[in-house]
Amino acid sequence: MLMEELLSVKYDVISGDFIRGGEASSNLKKLLNQLGIRSDVVKRICVACYEAEMNIVIHSVGGYIQAKIYNDRIEIIAYDNGPGIPDIELAMQEGYSTASEIAREMGFGGGMGLPNIKRSSDEFYITSEVGKYTKLKIIIYFD
Amino acid sequence: MQLSMIKDLLNAEVLCNEDMLCMETFSAFASDLMSDVLALSCKETILITGLTNIQTIRTAEMLDIKCIIFVRNKKPDNNVIQFAKEKGICLLATSYTMFTTCGILYCNGIKGADMC
Repeated sequence: MLMEELLSVKYDVISGDFIRGGEASSNLKKLLNQLGIRSDVVKRICVACYEAEMNIVIHSVGGYIQAKIYNDRIEIIAYDNGPGIPDIELAMQEGYSTASEIAREMGFGGGMGLPNIKRSSDEFYITSEVGKYTKLKIIIYFD
Repeated sequence: MQLSMIKDLLNAEVLCNEDMLCMETFSAFASDLMSDVLALSCKETILITGLTNIQTIRTAEMLDIKCIIFVRNKKPDNNVIQFAKEKGICLLATSYTMFTTCGILYCNGIKGADMC
């Protein structure tokens, strides 16, 4: 049976904005709690979304987080407008990071972001083109 | 253990949400690296850290961490304290180092947080 999309939200994410960084994930968390999604699932979604959001803040020139909520799952697209990832396999390795000094001062740059998103997701897809974009697709089921 | 006892054991100052001191906790996670907190700490816990910026509060929010203990006399600025207040996160500050803070709590029955 095809599951119907119940709700779709989209949040812009601004490059280098460490004050507002995390706001999209926070808003999404509020929404999921209102919908009565199980708290352990909400936590997994939030960790994946927050890591993806902070990746856009830290590494990109800006982008967006889009979340589509279905009866049985959430699909999150984290898209940014570059600079792209030259070696995705390397970027997926725990401990590998190209984060700036300021990102490290904020507690990031441990090289755990992408692996942690993958671990938190039921399905995870990453595509990127150097100089153009990086796109993550994260699917997490509610049960 | 109630947060009020943790406050007493660490001679800690309550920075916000004093009404949460009756909350119970049994485990803690200590790190200055939020990446590690996000990657490893998935069960209900409290956070011990020296990192006082707004992303520490965001990390706690995402993981449903209800209390943060700032060590080494570190205190966040008023904006961060206000933000934690709004998010319902109790902030404590102690002059002890992270090592000593963990040691005191461990000796008094607080365990390391279950990891993912």
